[in-house]
Amino acid sequence: MTVFELRDALDLTVFHEEEDRPVTGGYAGDLLSWVMGRAESGDCWITIMSNRNVPAVCSLTDAAMVIFAEDVVPDEAALEAARDNGLNFYGSPLSVFELCAKVSALL
Amino acid sequence: MSAEPLHVHYTVDGGNFTSAGEASVKVKRLLRQLGSSPEMIRRVSIAMYEGEINMVIHANGGDADVYVDDETIRIVLKDTGPGIKDVEQAMQEGYSTAPDNVRALGFGAGMGLPNMKRFSDTFKLDTVVGQGTTIELGFINK
Repeated sequence: MTVFELRDALDLTVFHEEEDRPVTGGYAGDLLSWVMGRAESGDCWITIMSNRNVPAVCSLTDAAMVIFAEDVVPDEAALEAARDNGLNFYGSPLSVFELCAKVSALL
Repeated sequence: MSAEPLHVHYTVDGGNFTSAGEASVKVKRLLRQLGSSPEMIRRVSIAMYEGEINMVIHANGGDADVYVDDETIRIVLKDTGPGIKDVEQAMQEGYSTAPDNVRALGFGAGMGLPNMKRFSDTFKLDTVVGQGTTIELGFINK
């Protein structure tokens, strides 16, 4: 499953997208250091955290994509950083729990 | 004959969470240009980011020095903050003294020092209460 395939399968809102790549796993969490310690390269990261530090953590962990759950919209600074760093950012009205279940079933 | 290691210095701005991470992003870019492996880049830049964030949260900023040669990468993070009272406690996953406003940003998980240790090959911490903290991280190219 690739980022764009997952985007279509889950009917995600596109905040910014750039490069399609394989999604090799998933991680959910909002505590950034916890995410940095546990998320793997190629993961689909599901979070409700929306500030400027999300793109930094996405970039550093080399996550393939971020899904903002529960209709959370990343703030403008976060979106700008996503554009500058070519990150794949998406939104969904579903809860973190529901997204995890769906992503897990699809991967 | 081995060349002198490449040395880059960064000043970490205290109290500024929006620019925190800039040095890590620069290091990431530098290592990519130097041809380091993706896993090495990931380990170094995450550890560096944790160090940066710690200096912003606890020490009103500090200095980061990065040394790169063929075999190793060394990062020295030095601040003149309050120091760490109980290092053993600070090294435990989940223990944090970060204030609430920092936690609201998603930091303060108590994973900063443990992550720096987890992602580096060598970890050295010197701290004096009231004077500051110096952390030296070593990474071996594998």
